This record gives sequence, structure tokens and C-alpha cells, in this order.
Amino acid sequence: MNDIEKNKKYNEYVEAKIPKTRAFPSLLNSFWVGGLICVIGQAINDLLLTAFPYMAEQTAWGYTLIILIFIASFLTGIGVYDRIGRFAGGGSIVPITGFSNSITSPAVDFKNEGIIYGVCVKMFSIAGPVIVIGVLSSIIVGLIYLFL
Amino acid sequence: MNKNKKSPQTVEFKNKPKIIGNYSIVGPKEGAGNFGEYFDYVMKSDLFGEKTYERAERKMVETALVGAIDRAMLTPRDISLLLAGDLLNQIISSSYAARSFDMPYLGLFGACSTMAESLAIGASLVDGGYFKTIACSTVSHFSTAERQFRFPLELGNQRPPTSQWTATAAGCSILSLEGSGPVITKATFGKVTDFGIKDVNNMGAAMAPAAMGTLVRHFEDTNSKPEDYDLIVTGDLGKLGSEILIDLMEDKGYKLGINYCDCGQMMFRRKQETLMGASGCGCSASILNSFLLKKIKDGTYKKILFMATGALLSTTSSQQGDSVPGIAHAVVIEKE
Repeated sequence: MNDIEKNKKYNEYVEAKIPKTRAFPSLLNSFWVGGLICVIGQAINDLLLTAFPYMAEQTAWGYTLIILIFIASFLTGIGVYDRIGRFAGGGSIVPITGFSNSITSPAVDFKNEGIIYGVCVKMFSIAGPVIVIGVLSSIIVGLIYLFL
Repeated sequence: MNKNKKSPQTVEFKNKPKIIGNYSIVGPKEGAGNFGEYFDYVMKSDLFGEKTYERAERKMVETALVGAIDRAMLTPRDISLLLAGDLLNQIISSSYAARSFDMPYLGLFGACSTMAESLAIGASLVDGGYFKTIACSTVSHFSTAERQFRFPLELGNQRPPTSQWTATAAGCSILSLEGSGPVITKATFGKVTDFGIKDVNNMGAAMAPAAMGTLVRHFEDTNSKPEDYDLIVTGDLGKLGSEILIDLMEDKGYKLGINYCDCGQMMFRRKQETLMGASGCGCSASILNSFLLKKIKDGTYKKILFMATGALLSTTSSQQGDSVPGIAHAVVIEKE
């Protein structure tokens, strides 16, 4: 038996032995925490519109996002968001709060390496790919839209 | 010198190098684990009064070293060589800690196998009469390892089910021919073994083949079998890794029974949510230098086989899609 075959066999054996994540509880927790974050967002939006009746709906959306981003950053800073994330998984990663967490957490982590080479450089180490892919896909969608 | 050489991989020590002093220091989470009462010092915070986690890690090495020297009733001046290593790039924790001591220093990198590696090398050098007193030390820190190898600490991600928790822990042993303490009688130096595991979150599976290789070689070289030991203890294979090791050994015709255990698997309590258990050089180092040596001294165990395993990867190799090679070194420690 050569090495490649042996390694393949070992990998298959290990794969079969790995404990599987139980899908249902994970999905359930993701669903309700993710849903809760969206409900909170909607509540902030509605409150803004009630408190400032002359505010345009578009402006209120902007403020809602800013407030959500702030809350998530704040929770990251005091060490709460990672616990929510461990519990909810995708539920707290997918909403904009997860994006905020992915920028704040390296910034907090690398503050000892200095403002420029630490915070500024590392800040986008997790969120960077998301931004690149977001921009790229919007270009592609834009092009498709242009020619259709 | 060649008379000590029994085979290419196993060395037998004729002059009885002893562990005359030992010290362990751990973080608060490890202190709350299964071995909490055995550790010499449990830190109140992961920062250990320092500004950064890296500095805290350095201070842990220094504390362990000073503690072990103290236990051996020596002064830092008596140490003729320091063998130390850790997980950080360019092993800064050990080297920076060594700069505050006036002693010759050899930095080692064997990933999580460093404790067994340093003991094996240290015992060889002491046994050969080249050095009088050698200090062997390793450290790992959850926060520095996480920053280097994985994600920022506060990132809200989930840990894969096969992942392990790097222990915040350090241990130090002082070896000498004079004095009293548990004796290192044999050492088996391992080979780098790679069975093609690419998942960096599954260190146990990556290291188990190396552990199997060293273990089989040890039994063949010394003409012994698993039952000859009161305890066969591996470093940080974790739950999955040790199950794989048991299976692999069975394929080779060795049955690891109730006398086999793994430091990584034992370190934390179930409710501490560390999934497959602990990892890191400090994991095996702290348990050896607290619980295991204590139990050898009081006679609970007469002869143990201590084998630490390491995954020799870097973030660069894993990002480039290379598999994770493993290594394992073993030492036999007996009651005096």
C-alpha cells in the first residue's frame, strides 16, 4: 500500500470518527437569535420613526444600522458578543452585527501592536474578504443589470 | 558514549538523571479544571499583571523556572543549561524569558511535544556528564496561540467539534544526577509522521500517527509492552486523538488498556466546553510537573511512559494547503 492510499484510508477513517455537530439545536439557536437581532433592528427603526415623525424612512434605516453596529461593537469590546456567537453561530454572524464584530474583534486584539500596524492593518483581516466579494459581486450584478 | 545507545530511536540512561525540582503554573480556567488542586500556582487573570498576553506568557516561563529552581533547593546560578520552547513564532516566550536569567540557553521547537523533547535531550546531556543541572521548561497561552493560529479572541465564531483548547499553562523540571526525585530511565525520540490530515482544527488526528510510531518503536526497542507501565500518558491528543491512537495501536497488535490516558483529555471538566480537550505545550508540561510527578513521588505510580505529541504546522503551511505533520517523543519516568 503506498503512502497516498494509506493517507486516503486514514483520512476516511478519521472522517467517520469525527463527532458530528447536531444540526437541529444549532439551526434552532441560529434561527431564534438571528431573528431576535432582526426584531431589535426593526424595533429601533420603528422607535426612530415614532420619535422623529419628520425623519425620512431611508434616513431611519441608516440610523438603525449605525445603532446596531454600535451595539455589536460595544458588546464585542466588553467580551459578550463572542459568547453570543458561540451559542448562535450563523444567527449572530449573518446580520450586520456579525460584520461589526468581525471588524471590532481584531481591532481590540491587535491594539498592542500599535495604531497603524496593529489596529488599522488587522481590522479588516476577517471582514476584508467579505468587502472584496461584496464589491465584486455588486459589479457583476450591475453589469448584468446594464445589459438586460 | 555509544554504549548507551540501544537502537536508533531509544536511549537508555545508565546514570539515573533525576527530576530534582518541578513547578507548574496555570491560568484560571485550567485552575478550575480537574487538576486544579495539584498546580503550584493558579493565576488570577490570563494577563498575569502584564500589559499583553505575550508578556504574560513570558512571565509564566520565568515564574515556573524560578519556582522549580527553588523546589530543587538551588539558585539560578546552579543551572548549567536551560532548554525551553513554546508555540509562538520564533519561540519568543522562552527566549525572552531566558534573557532575564544568567544561564546558557537552547531554544527548542517541538510544538506541543516540547516538554518530552526537552526532558529527553536534558536527560541525555545530564547522563552523558556534559552538564550538571539542566532546566527544562515549556509554556503555552490560550490567548497568544489563538491570536497567532486562529481568530481574534472576541470574534463570535463557533469552534468546530474536533477543536481543542490551548491550555494557559507552563511547567518546568530541573534535571540532575545529584539529589533525589523521579528518575528518567529511557527516552524515545520520534520521527516526523504525516498521514495527510489537512484540517487544522483536528490536531488529535494529525498527531495520533506520530504517537503510534513512537510508541510502537518504544515497545520494540525496550522489549516491553503496554502492561509494563503503571501509566502511559500522552500529551494533548485530546478525546478524538486518543481514541484514534488506541485504534492504531490495536492494528499494530498493542492493546492500550485502562493504564492509558491523555493529558489533553483530562485537563478540563466537561462543563468547561473545551470540546476535545486541552492542547498546547503547557498542557502536558503542567500536568507532568504537578499531578504526575507528585503521584510518582508518593508511590502511586512506579513507572510511567510520558509521551508528548506535537503538530508541526504553521499558519503559512496550512493556508497553502499543506497537511499537518506530527511528532511525538517519549520518556520513561520511574520512582527513585
